[in-house]
Amino acid sequence: MSKFLNLIAGTALASTLIAAPALAEKYGLGRPATPDEVAAWDLDVAPDGTGLPVGSGDVFTGEEVFAEHCAICHGDFAEGVDNWPKLAGGMDTLDHEDPLKTVGSYWPYLSTTWDYVNRSMPFGAAQTLSPDDVYAIVAYILYSNDLVDDEFVLSNENFLEVELPNAGGFIIDDRDTAEAHFWKAEPCMSNCKDKVEITMRAAVLDVTPEEEGAEEAAAPAEEAAAPVEEAAAPAEEAPVEETVVAMVIDEELAKKGEKVFKKCKACHQVGDGAQNKTGPVLNGIVGASVGAVEGFKYSKAMKELGETGATWTPEEMAAFLTKPKAYLKKTKMSFAGLKKEKDIAAVTEYLKTFQN
Amino acid sequence: MTMSFNGKPSRRAFLKGAVAAGGTVAGASVAKAAGDPLITEVQEWASATGEGVDATPYGLPIEFESDVVRRNVEWLTADTISSINFTPIHALDGTITPQGCAFERHHSGAIELRKEDYRLMINGLVDTPLVFTYEDLERFPRENHVYFCECAANTGMEWAGAQLNGAQFTHGMIHNMEYSGVSLRTLLEEAGLDAAGDLKDKWVYVEGADASSNGRSIPMEKALDDVLVAFKANGEALRKEHGYPVRLVVPGWEGNMWVKWLRRIEVTNQAIESREETSKYTDTLEDGTSRKWTWVMDAKSVVTSPSPQSPIKHGPGPLVVTGLAWSGRGSITGVDVSLDGGITWQEARLGAPGTDKALTRFYLDINWNGEEMFLQSRARDSSGYVQPTKAELREVRGLNSIYHNNCIQTWWVKANGEAENVEVS
Repeated sequence: MSKFLNLIAGTALASTLIAAPALAEKYGLGRPATPDEVAAWDLDVAPDGTGLPVGSGDVFTGEEVFAEHCAICHGDFAEGVDNWPKLAGGMDTLDHEDPLKTVGSYWPYLSTTWDYVNRSMPFGAAQTLSPDDVYAIVAYILYSNDLVDDEFVLSNENFLEVELPNAGGFIIDDRDTAEAHFWKAEPCMSNCKDKVEITMRAAVLDVTPEEEGAEEAAAPAEEAAAPVEEAAAPAEEAPVEETVVAMVIDEELAKKGEKVFKKCKACHQVGDGAQNKTGPVLNGIVGASVGAVEGFKYSKAMKELGETGATWTPEEMAAFLTKPKAYLKKTKMSFAGLKKEKDIAAVTEYLKTFQN
Repeated sequence: MTMSFNGKPSRRAFLKGAVAAGGTVAGASVAKAAGDPLITEVQEWASATGEGVDATPYGLPIEFESDVVRRNVEWLTADTISSINFTPIHALDGTITPQGCAFERHHSGAIELRKEDYRLMINGLVDTPLVFTYEDLERFPRENHVYFCECAANTGMEWAGAQLNGAQFTHGMIHNMEYSGVSLRTLLEEAGLDAAGDLKDKWVYVEGADASSNGRSIPMEKALDDVLVAFKANGEALRKEHGYPVRLVVPGWEGNMWVKWLRRIEVTNQAIESREETSKYTDTLEDGTSRKWTWVMDAKSVVTSPSPQSPIKHGPGPLVVTGLAWSGRGSITGVDVSLDGGITWQEARLGAPGTDKALTRFYLDINWNGEEMFLQSRARDSSGYVQPTKAELREVRGLNSIYHNNCIQTWWVKANGEAENVEVS
């Protein structure tokens, strides 16, 4: 039992709190949950394995599933892309400055990894993985952390045999004792120290966001100028592009592109009823003006690019998709990029099939 | 004005008055009387009419207050969908946070969940697993309480050093609202706790309906104490970003446990040790071991004005120093303010006596001499806890803690009235 519970249990408060719930008044509200309903929602997995479904997955399958569903944000080797969490590495860094906390270096229980992947991932498509896929992904994450070899198969049967390196690295909240000196009968009121000197200034780092109020004051002038440029750009280029696009569609290539598009789906929607999500709707994107999807809040950089009259020609799309951050350093799109040229061609072809 | 016999102003008198008013408008523009033209000249708003009652069925703050908004720090997270923004505490007064500018923290974005589609399940070690609709919840006896909700990461960016220049950014992961809802105890008892046996070592696991499926384990003692299943805040429905239609309120404990879009409450015999209670919201100490289950928010305070976003613009003379104080262990009993970086302290005036696990407003009315100040505030709570300095905290916890930074904040107010976030010896 936790220290917190011990503390509380010793007080009079606790004894009233936990007293005789049998006497509690019932209101007869609600209805019994069916076993199927409970099964559908009660998915959590505890450290002792309670809640784990039957299943298994190996490292090799895990690598494939991970590449398809997770690598966009977490990197092919679970090393993390941009600010997205790193899942591997950081062993023995917890007592260093800026420790690297990963599944391997920090997480105490493997159940937490299984449970989180199963219930909350992939980002934007949660609860779409099969139990076997989840076992495989977790096996791959263990492998990425050098905790198992490439032959390893994780299943509900051997699950509890895996102990994570930092399992013993946690203590229960001990502020009441370790920080007992913060409870002071008489805090100092005068002559509390000899002198006061500045030891660090926030202005030196300068990481504070600018106030929008100031930006907004300047914005109307820019906005007023923008429509003129936008009106000019489509008139010159867009209609030509669109006609070309509409005429040639390589059905086979588009079909391959549909598979590639799975990597984009977490953030982008296409087709009827598509809505802006993390990324804008991509209907009619090939040939469209840059940064012009209605209602989508673009990065400043993308908006500015759009204001130059730039257009998503297949060539520009290819350049962007190869390495988005290299194409436009401050784009919001956190996707690392498509490595294969044929994937880019395929996904572009697939996108051509969705017109506005 | 002459009255007619029935007591109403006569039509004739009314017309005479209108002529007289018109005369003033013309006279003022010709004569150019000495003084403030806002007073000596009839302003447009004093002459023409304003908006009718049908103009704004639900009002937003007037346009002149458009800078009093939530802000986020772009570099903090990979994506705004899983991120946090900050309450503009530097520009607010009193203690209640308006919902529209109260900070948001989502792990998978703010979802839209209709009341009609809302279901709350209680399962696990209960006599009868139950499902409630929103309407069911409205039929249980209701309670009203004001509580603060503070993210465990509030002030977290300041662990290693002064980083962000503004009380909004250093201390704005907090809001304080009046909640209306049903006590969690009532709902647990409706499902029946006999099946759980001895309640002392039992837990409830609470979980949200959004894609992050955010879930946290809460000891049964707390669950049966003051936890609320809330559906109104400050008198009206919860906002989408705060968990509409139903969220959990866990008074005094870290904001992550205040599960939004609450969909399930499971009585368990162990902590689930979910991602948000192991890999996150744990505090790594200098030797590499980490504290877990650090639920309660320590006593803390901050001067909200003057501060970097709220500089002194009026020069020397009367100055209102004000700020907020709170404690997850009970009520605020006092706040001390230092103008010299902690050498001397004086007791501030509380706007109202501190209440349990809610924000307390404090004021120190001074006659500023126009010299630089190192403004600090220090909260004291009903448990006897005194808000520590950053040095005192680092001595115990090191530099890698991230969460639960409740140190004394210093604003360096310069002679020109501008303020900066600094650390002092």
